[in-house]
Amino acid sequence: MDYGLDTKSTRLKTFNTIFIITWLLIACFPFIWTFWGSFKVRADFFSRSDWWYAISAFNTLIETGGQFTTNAYTQAWTEGEFWKASKNTIIVTVFVVSISLFLGTLGAYALSRSTEKYAFWILMAALIFRAMPHITLVSGYLFPFFELQIWGILPTTIVVLVAINQPFTLWLLYSFFKTVPKELDESALIDGCSYFQAFRHIIMPVMWPGVITAGLFSLMLAYNDFTVTALLLNQENHTMVPKIQSYLGTNQHEGNLMWAVSAVVSATAPLFMLVMFFQRQVISGLTAGAVKG
Amino acid sequence: MPNKTFFWFFLPTGLAMILFIGLPIISTGIQSFYAQHDQVVKEVKKCDPFGCTVSIVVDNEETSKIREAKPLGKFNGFGTYTDRNHLAVEEIKKFWNETESFGAFVDQVTNLPFYKALIFTLTYCLFVTPNVLLLGFIIALSLNAVARKIRGPLIFGTILPMIVTPLVGSLVLFWMIDSQGIIGANIQNLMNDPYLSLKSSKTLTWITIIIYGIWHHSPFAFVVFYAALQTVPQEPIEAAIIDGASRFQRIKHIVLPHIYPVVTFVALISLMDNFRVFEPIIGFSAEGSAQSLSWLIYDNLVNEEVILFGSAAATSMMTIIGIAILLAPVLIRTWKEFKTAR
Repeated sequence: MDYGLDTKSTRLKTFNTIFIITWLLIACFPFIWTFWGSFKVRADFFSRSDWWYAISAFNTLIETGGQFTTNAYTQAWTEGEFWKASKNTIIVTVFVVSISLFLGTLGAYALSRSTEKYAFWILMAALIFRAMPHITLVSGYLFPFFELQIWGILPTTIVVLVAINQPFTLWLLYSFFKTVPKELDESALIDGCSYFQAFRHIIMPVMWPGVITAGLFSLMLAYNDFTVTALLLNQENHTMVPKIQSYLGTNQHEGNLMWAVSAVVSATAPLFMLVMFFQRQVISGLTAGAVKG
Repeated sequence: MPNKTFFWFFLPTGLAMILFIGLPIISTGIQSFYAQHDQVVKEVKKCDPFGCTVSIVVDNEETSKIREAKPLGKFNGFGTYTDRNHLAVEEIKKFWNETESFGAFVDQVTNLPFYKALIFTLTYCLFVTPNVLLLGFIIALSLNAVARKIRGPLIFGTILPMIVTPLVGSLVLFWMIDSQGIIGANIQNLMNDPYLSLKSSKTLTWITIIIYGIWHHSPFAFVVFYAALQTVPQEPIEAAIIDGASRFQRIKHIVLPHIYPVVTFVALISLMDNFRVFEPIIGFSAEGSAQSLSWLIYDNLVNEEVILFGSAAATSMMTIIGIAILLAPVLIRTWKEFKTAR
């Protein structure tokens, strides 16, 4: 705490610095290490004989003639069809984000402006829905989806992800809408706007920070999902995360484990960039429910 | 807002939630009372010059006919719930009568698949949740004492473990602690035990997954606590400093009471998330020694021969009951607050 009266001893300051550096190492080193290792051959990154090979690139030099190799990336993206998986991920993410924002803003606005009892109960129901493990829902989907023959295709997965995402989006946007003063839309209503016009022209323009935050979280859910995409999509339509898992399963192929490593890096890098740019929104989203409500 | 307007605004999202969260829960409930059909067998008489033999083979045609006619399977009532792979009522009775000591009985019971998974899930929740709260709080306090200018990048580094998907997060760690990875290989060298590896010991696997859980969830607790710390009023703290309160006393008597509601919020969310632990088991390929409830359902659903809808649904229903028990205190409290508010 940065108060004038609060003087910290040098010992405390040193201890604090050491603690933060240690924690940051624990938090970040695994990613840095995987990134570094993805440019090596398997015999270096997963070395039985000497872990130092991963740094000195002993086998990479023998096998490829250079310190670094991008073989794992080129193979995973072409032979491993990771390009297809990333294409699917992009489709799923774009649709999930736009649809869940559309549904979520309408619903959350209504909830935040309603004084009725049922609004409270709907929020409670959303909380219970939020707590459902996704796999229990998937076990409910599979059988009907097989029967209706809509299993395995992208649109089904998109709709399911939107629905699973709604409870959280509703809570998040609800707490944001609550911070927009009621007088704003009330005066618009008096001026003769309909509720929808007030929502569209008065409230939405001041809601962009909240919408961006909610969008980011929908994006992270759709992008990161494993449970739903792995079980509801067929091999052809797999998104990135189930694709990574499929590289792990087939161990007979020498190169496959390195495919997984490079795929992990390829899938994580855009996410990190995004969070770097929108760090403030992510944090405000995580705290919106807790601090304000 | 008038009811009618509310209805139209809420209809799309409400419909999505009813269709894809409400109905699936009901569908799971129905499926849990059915079991997959037995295979139809027929006797085939085979005669050769040395005599005739009767063998029993699966009649694939008949089997698929029955499956088509009744895709849901045969009605099984609570049969799936009580069978060996779930509550195992028969087995427990048997163990109770046959085993000598209570310890042996517990041993036997915890070897049954459902109880094994339940115990792992609960152990995971029990160890991860408090540690996440503690570590998150310490990191928040510690970052809060750093100069404002460099906090941005530090926060970014801190939240990295949280934003990657659990599968990727656990893989990244697994590749380091595996016997061929940087940490695993070095530990083997240090201990001088070439067979020491994650997979060789159940306890080690459990500890690894729990440590992973703490690593993955602490950033969330950190972010919320950090934001809450920004709202702590300064005057009482300054007064406490003048009165000579130590740093620890200030945290205990001023900061903690102020952020208490946030602590319960984080505890609730992280309990809910920890209860569905599943992806790290796949990431660490720890199926052998650690199984969670969610993993059991997944395993039934990816079964190679026949998808065990009934079995998966029964485990799902019991998981949902587990979640309800976890959430009950919160819901009751909110209900009471709501009633007094009226």
